[in-house]
Amino acid sequence: MYALREAIAAIRRAPLLTILSAAMVALALFVVGVFGVVTYNLHQALTQIEERVEVVAYVRDDVLEDQVRELEGVLLELEEVRAVRFVSREDALLTARETLGEFEDLFSGLQVNPLPASLEVELQPGFRNPEAVARVAGLARRHPNVEDVAYGGDWVDRLHLLRQVGAIGTAILGMAFSLVAALIIATAVRIAIFARRDEIQVMRLVGATNGFIRRPFLLEGFLTGIAGGLLAAGLTYSAYLVVYRLVFPLDWIPMEWIAGGVIAGGAFGLLASAVAVRRYLREV
Amino acid sequence: MIKLTKVTKEFPPRGRALSEVSFHLRKGEFAFLTGHSGSGKTTTLRLVHMADRPTSGEVRACGFSSELTSDREVWKLRRRVGYVFQEFRLLPGRTATENVAFALEVTGAPRRDILSRTHRLLAQVGLSSSSSMPVDELSGGERQRVAIARALVNDPLVVLADEPTGNLDDRATRGIMELFQELHARGTSLLVATHDLELVRRHPEFRVLELDEGRLVYDSGAVEEGAA
Ligand SMILES: Nc1ncnc2c1ncn2[C@@H]1O[C@H](COP(=O)(O)OP(=O)(O)OP(=O)(O)O)[C@@H](O)[C@H]1O
Ligand SMILES: [Mg+2]
Repeated sequence: MYALREAIAAIRRAPLLTILSAAMVALALFVVGVFGVVTYNLHQALTQIEERVEVVAYVRDDVLEDQVRELEGVLLELEEVRAVRFVSREDALLTARETLGEFEDLFSGLQVNPLPASLEVELQPGFRNPEAVARVAGLARRHPNVEDVAYGGDWVDRLHLLRQVGAIGTAILGMAFSLVAALIIATAVRIAIFARRDEIQVMRLVGATNGFIRRPFLLEGFLTGIAGGLLAAGLTYSAYLVVYRLVFPLDWIPMEWIAGGVIAGGAFGLLASAVAVRRYLREV
Repeated sequence: MIKLTKVTKEFPPRGRALSEVSFHLRKGEFAFLTGHSGSGKTTTLRLVHMADRPTSGEVRACGFSSELTSDREVWKLRRRVGYVFQEFRLLPGRTATENVAFALEVTGAPRRDILSRTHRLLAQVGLSSSSSMPVDELSGGERQRVAIARALVNDPLVVLADEPTGNLDDRATRGIMELFQELHARGTSLLVATHDLELVRRHPEFRVLELDEGRLVYDSGAVEEGAA
C-alpha cells in the first residue's frame, strides 16, 4: 500500500522522467511489435501456401466406384492424411474449363473426356514436409488402382527450406530485438533511479529495510514497463492500420502476442529496477 | 549505549581520519564532540551510525557491534538512533512535513501517528508555520530545524547531531538546546558534534570529548569511566 502510494507519488513528482522512460520502453517494444506483425504475416502466408501441399492420386479409368471408396479409406487410415476428396472425371473437366477459360474451344471440341478421376489427398498440418509427402505419394503409387501420383516434390522442398530459414531468422532477430528492448528499458529505469539515488540513501539512513526501499521502485519500474508496452501496442496498431489502408492488407497479430509483449515490458521494467536499485542499496 | 574501542578509520590515499579512539557514552548521557574542522567528528558519528565501518577497533551502539552487524541489518540500529546530518540530507521537492514524516513512514507506523507526531516535532523546533513549504524554499536555519525534527520524530534512544546549530542564530540555538536538554532529562543519550566552543562553555554540566587530528585528546568524562 505504501509502495503503491510512493510509486504514484514518485511518478507525479517527476512526470516528465516517467513519460520519457515509458516512451523509451514503448519505442523499443514498438520495434519488436512491428517485427511481430511482419513475422506473423509471413507465417500466415507460408501456412496458407502449405495448405495447398497435397498429393493427387490419379485413379485408373477402369476402376469402379466401390474400389475408389476402398482406396479413399486406405488413404484416410494414414496418420499424415487429414482429408481425401474425390474428383470425378466430369468434375475434372469442369474445373479445367473454368480455370483454363481461353482453351474453351479446345475442350468443347472434345468427344471423349481425356481427364482421369483423382483423389486429392490433403495432409495434416504437421506433415506438410518433403518426407511425409513423399511417403504418402509412394504408398498411393503402389496401390494397384492408382495410375499415377502427382505432387509438387520440388516446390515442397523449397517451401520447407524457406520455412526453416524463416523460423531461424525469426528466432535470431526476435531475440536480438527483445534484447535491445530489454537494454533500453534497463537504461531508462537506471536513469530514473539515478535521479533518486539521494532518496534511496536517505531512506536507508532513516532506517528503512532494503525490501521497503525496493518495493516502490520495483512497482514504478513495472508500471513504466506496462505503460510502455501499452503505448507500443498502440503505436504498432497505428503503423499496422497505415500499412493496411495505404499499402496492402495484413493480418493483425493475435491478442495473446500483445498481452505477452505488455507483460514482458512490465517484467523487464521490474527486473531492470531490481538491478538498478541493488547498486544504490549497497552504497550507504 | 555507545562504545568505541581503539577505533581507527583510514581513507586509503588520504590517510587516517581517526586513530585509536576509545570512549563510552552511557545511557542517558549527553556529550559534546568538539574539535577543529577535519578532526574527525563527522567520521566518528558516521561510524556510530554504521554508515561506514572502522578500519580496526570496534564500535558498539544500542547493542549492535560494527563487527557483527551486516549492511542488511543496520536498519534495526537506525530506527533507534536519530541522526542530524551536517548537510541535512533532506529530500528536495518535498515539504517540511513530508520530510519529517518520511522517517516514520519507513518504519511502517500508522498514518494517524505519523501526522500527529510530525506536527508536534515541527512545532517543537518552531516550524509550524512553514511546515507545508517545500524544503528547497526554506532558509538554511529552517532546513536545519527540519533535519532535527526528522531525527527526533521516532523517539530515538540515541541522538547523533552533527553541528545541529551551525546555521542557527542565538535564539534558535537556545531553542534547540532546550529541546535536547528535555530529551536528556527523559533519558535519551546525545552525542552532539560542534565546533562552537561558546555553546560548549555555556553547558559545563555536559561531558566534552575533544578530537584533534583524529585522536581523542580530551575527555571530561574519562574519570567517571574509570569509576564505572
Ligand atoms: N569519505 C572520505 N574519503 C576520504 N577522506 C575522508 C572521507 N570522509 C572524511 N575524510 C577525511 O577525514 C578527516 C576527518 O573528516 P571529518 O568529516 O570527520 O571532519 P569533521 O571533524 O567533521 O570536520 P568539520 O568540522 O569540517 O565537519 C578529514 O581530513 C577528511 O578529509
Ligand atoms: Mg563534519
